[in-house]
Amino acid sequence: MAVLVDRDTRLCVAGITGREGTFHTLRNRDYGTNVVSGVTPGKGGQDVDGIPVFDTFHTAVAETGANTAMIFVPPRFAADSILEAEDAGIELIVAITEGIPAHDELRVYNHLRRGGSRLVGPNCPGILSPGKANVGIIPAQFFKEGNVGLVSRSGTLTYQIGNELAQRGFGNSSIVGIGGDPVPGSSFIDIIALFEADPETELIVMCGEIGGSAEEEAAEYIAEKVSGPVLAYIAGFTAPPGKTMGHAGAIVSGSKGTAAAKAEALEARGVRVGRNPTQVADVAVEILGARV
Amino acid sequence: MDLLEYQGKQLFRKHGVPVPDGAHADSVRGAVDAAEELGFPVVIKAQVQIGGRGKAGGIKVANDPEEAKRHAEAILGMDIRGFTVHELYVEKASSIDEEYYAAIVFDRSAKKPMVMLSRMGGMDVEEVAERDPEAMRMLHVDPLIGFQHFHGRRLAFEAGIAPDLIRPVGTMLGKLYDVFEEEDATLVEVNPLLVTSEREVVALDAKVTIDGNALYRHPDLAELRDVSAEDPQERMAKERGLTYVKLDGNVGILGNGAGLVMSTLDVVAQAGGRPANFLDAGGGSKAEAITSAVEVILSDEKVSAVLFNIFGGITRCDEVAKGLIEAFRQVEPEVPFVVRLDGTNDEEGRRLLAEAELPNVHTEATMLGAAERVVELAG
Repeated sequence: MAVLVDRDTRLCVAGITGREGTFHTLRNRDYGTNVVSGVTPGKGGQDVDGIPVFDTFHTAVAETGANTAMIFVPPRFAADSILEAEDAGIELIVAITEGIPAHDELRVYNHLRRGGSRLVGPNCPGILSPGKANVGIIPAQFFKEGNVGLVSRSGTLTYQIGNELAQRGFGNSSIVGIGGDPVPGSSFIDIIALFEADPETELIVMCGEIGGSAEEEAAEYIAEKVSGPVLAYIAGFTAPPGKTMGHAGAIVSGSKGTAAAKAEALEARGVRVGRNPTQVADVAVEILGARV
Repeated sequence: MDLLEYQGKQLFRKHGVPVPDGAHADSVRGAVDAAEELGFPVVIKAQVQIGGRGKAGGIKVANDPEEAKRHAEAILGMDIRGFTVHELYVEKASSIDEEYYAAIVFDRSAKKPMVMLSRMGGMDVEEVAERDPEAMRMLHVDPLIGFQHFHGRRLAFEAGIAPDLIRPVGTMLGKLYDVFEEEDATLVEVNPLLVTSEREVVALDAKVTIDGNALYRHPDLAELRDVSAEDPQERMAKERGLTYVKLDGNVGILGNGAGLVMSTLDVVAQAGGRPANFLDAGGGSKAEAITSAVEVILSDEKVSAVLFNIFGGITRCDEVAKGLIEAFRQVEPEVPFVVRLDGTNDEEGRRLLAEAELPNVHTEATMLGAAERVVELAG
């Protein structure tokens, strides 16, 4: 099994006619994802390599039965596009766009929490369920099917850790990038709950970083609700306070949000924390046993 | 983007938040002229993006032109916790009856704006809040509804505000919320929120942070960017569209993706080294971008070795290698480089680098191996 995206995914891409949008849509389709449509206002009736393009999400859903949206539009239009997808009844919205204003994210988050749609991202690499579906920009060639569920705030760091795990013979149920923004649509807790309910996932690996308190909150949740093993990595031990480290959400404010505090909170609740990506794979071998 | 006090107060005035009369000055002459224009007594205030200005001697009362001149001379050029004072704000002195504290912050945990109010404002407000948590009242506002009158009343009553001030304090909080929402702020803090001896409520300070991602909606604010406060290397990186943070070590670091670069800094520190910077080159592999990045890193004279850490996903390592070779031909760096290429087409990338026979370039296949090597070379 997998979480969020699989063979039942019917994907509609907002911004499909843009350069990046086209490139990644076709990559996702080549991987086997069922890409049913795209949305670009004013380009309805066109197609992208055979994928029909519609003017609105509402027509795309009505005509092609899309149940998942991928948002690839520029930051100033992204909140609008997410809200449109929700209004059209899309169940899962994956927002890749980086640089959406924080207040837009706040309004979108609070609105979506009242409705039926789930948002993953923004500013995330998307979701890969190896062997089933790839929605986003994760390079699928490093990953195969398996029993490690991986959830992360960062893109390339996910690939690094996923690759370290792959070299030890581990595959993944799903890899979920929740994004590096201050207000992610889905938190560690949301995704960990899905992995906990997934019978195939035997180990959950969470990859956090400085800023906010999502890792500390996840630690509490894991202690109370998660039966299987969870392994963590936190980036940013050397980050100075007050400086944003690349991601809008990665900033140590005063004494809060440090990597040390997060690692401590996790370890205090029985979650093992690898000190570098290689050590994460070492600990995975200890927990699940050697695969190669 | 953190605004200076006088910039924050410009926004306050725009949204009807009462502030004392004042004027900005960047010279002693300008400060004295402004003081005479406003009428004595005045307060001369250092404009730096850090708290604790009063304790550091950056805020002084002047009763006549001579005193204004003396204080302006002393404060301009002063160093306040690492920030040099280039600008002053001259403000008409206020009569002080009480000092409150008010703030609107972006609560990432609740994912809602949080409004805070306390009667115990002024210096050391953090310690007051720690000693007596009940003295700091706070509530969340649903961003889809916005700040309502009841929010203001509830906070004011709970904070123990005097009956005659319940309404003016509530109104003040509503206007501060307007600043927060309409200006795309992630922080609006007023300390002290002053009650004058005429029982008027006035914002005596203004600490405002604007979301950099929303500056396209606020062209007037985008122009305020205070480049004087930025480090020269950070300014150079910004002009070239790179994400760079200067640190104080000697190992230059360049990688792709914010999380991987943060992790690289940590691994270098674990290997016993001290990172000189954070630099995220993004997904690009173009020679131009790599050249820019290498130039920014090497403009820091403390750098004695550089680690280039790439995990190729969509970005192909052979393309990165080509970009790097081209960049080296242009920049001709004198310090050793350790290049770790892993991921898509990594073998081809390492082969291209080896064939180019660049002087002083060492290739490594793993992140840990690369970190150890660069620390050894950096000395």
